[in-house]
Amino acid sequence: MAKHTPLSKEFLKGLWEQNPIFKQVLGMCPTLAVTVSAINGIAMALATTFVLVMASMLISIIRKLIPNQVRIAAYIVIIATFVTIVDLVMKARFPVLSKALGPFIPLIVVNCIILGRQEAFASKNTVFRSILDALGMGSGFFIALITLGGIREIIGSRTFLSYQVLPNAFEPWLIMILPAGAFLTLGLMLGFINMYTDRKKNLEKESLIDQYRNKTKSESAGTVAAQEGI
Amino acid sequence: MATTISEAEKINKLELTTSPHLHNQWTTKKVMWMVLAALVPSVISAVLFFGVYQLLIITTAVVFAVGTEYIVQTIRKKKLAIVDGSAALTGLLLALTLPPNFSLSATAIGAVVAIGLGKQIFGGLGYNIFNPALVGRAFLQASFPVAITTWSPNSFAVDGVTSATPLAAFKFDKITAGLSQMFFGNTGGSLGETNAMAILAGGIFLIVIGIVNWRIPVSMIIGILVFGTLFYFIDPVKYPTPLFQLLSGGFLFGTFFMATDWVTSPVTNKGMWIFGIGISFVLVVIRLFGGLPEGVMYSILFMNAFVPIINRFTVPKIFGAVKGAAA
Repeated sequence: MAKHTPLSKEFLKGLWEQNPIFKQVLGMCPTLAVTVSAINGIAMALATTFVLVMASMLISIIRKLIPNQVRIAAYIVIIATFVTIVDLVMKARFPVLSKALGPFIPLIVVNCIILGRQEAFASKNTVFRSILDALGMGSGFFIALITLGGIREIIGSRTFLSYQVLPNAFEPWLIMILPAGAFLTLGLMLGFINMYTDRKKNLEKESLIDQYRNKTKSESAGTVAAQEGI
Repeated sequence: MATTISEAEKINKLELTTSPHLHNQWTTKKVMWMVLAALVPSVISAVLFFGVYQLLIITTAVVFAVGTEYIVQTIRKKKLAIVDGSAALTGLLLALTLPPNFSLSATAIGAVVAIGLGKQIFGGLGYNIFNPALVGRAFLQASFPVAITTWSPNSFAVDGVTSATPLAAFKFDKITAGLSQMFFGNTGGSLGETNAMAILAGGIFLIVIGIVNWRIPVSMIIGILVFGTLFYFIDPVKYPTPLFQLLSGGFLFGTFFMATDWVTSPVTNKGMWIFGIGISFVLVVIRLFGGLPEGVMYSILFMNAFVPIINRFTVPKIFGAVKGAAA
């Protein structure tokens, strides 16, 4: 089972190639709901990454003990345990952030990035690879959330991480901190990313066609020359 | 082998469009310029009632709408179609729905959003689901809720201070504006929506020359009169008269210039009736029971979303088909 993929690849694929938000389009609920500001995005991403890494590690360790028929239930119990830890720690240590994120911290339990990685990766791979994969996916999630939260915070309330970055003359666009702003920003980001990857794919395809044409041209020229020779 | 590739290229250049392949004397360009001409009375009324500054708003909206269209079409390597006037029309329609003395930078944002997010993102003219000008306005309404509901008094206002629109005045203070005042546009409101006379002049012109199908405006007006009367009879103190509903706010402007947009309205006759009456129903509900005083924009956008379904369920019977044999 793909043991020959290099370890660095297991980590890096989560950043861009299989980015959970931009490429797999998973975990939309926390992505759209909490990215009102960059700090909310960071907190959400860190909490999710912690749960993801711990759950991936534990499930990878006991993957051969879990009966196949009840695996989802077993995963959820393990994930829920870590989510409870995060929830209580945040309530005790960062009460303001905890209040801002509201029900979305307990809802990490049903975040499909986490369950998806257990089902697709941790249940089939060794512990070390699972941790790397979880860290990569968590970082990808982090990148997506801080970008989305940053854009929405800068345009919607003139600040970035609560420091004012735009002058007072700029009137904040309230729509950006409303739910509609989340959909618009994420949709536009996904659109531009698809445009970029499509363009790259098309360029590759065209260069392949060109290669093929040059090859056939030289081949047909060769046969014509041979026929004339006869 | 080389010949087959060039043949395939030739075939790919064949232009494919979906039916119906109908032709008539109207080109897109001609239609758009006719609608622009029909809006001239409203523009004149806006300048007369609210001052010359409004021309700046209109110019900004048109310039930024056309500019956005040009930039997007260049980036997407599409055929440049800015001369067809559709972008200019969107800009003008957007400007006429804005309040007087609105900030120019926000107008520009609205025009960019109207063309960029309302139209070009779906693939350009003919592909958009929602009326682009109203998308731009909805974006502005959500972004700058205070600025867009600040109504400067018009130059003929009696006391010079009053600045609420008739609808807002009725909703929050139970003050009813005079009908003739509203007919001639001597009230607070957006640039193009206050003067019913100017709108009717342009709208009837469009119906007479055949650009606007009369079914949508007529069904909307019947709809608002019926629903308005219904609520007026239920409680004449709490609810306004149907004629007030008809003349106030952006109803007439939306009726003749927004709801009748060719792209975002149904294509069948029966569908147009459903569409028009649906808009009026949603509008009355928003006006009487919603938090906002006005809802023409949202009711038209709402019904725009139903246009594909309406088209699907109002397909006319094929001529000569046997009853019951089809399906």
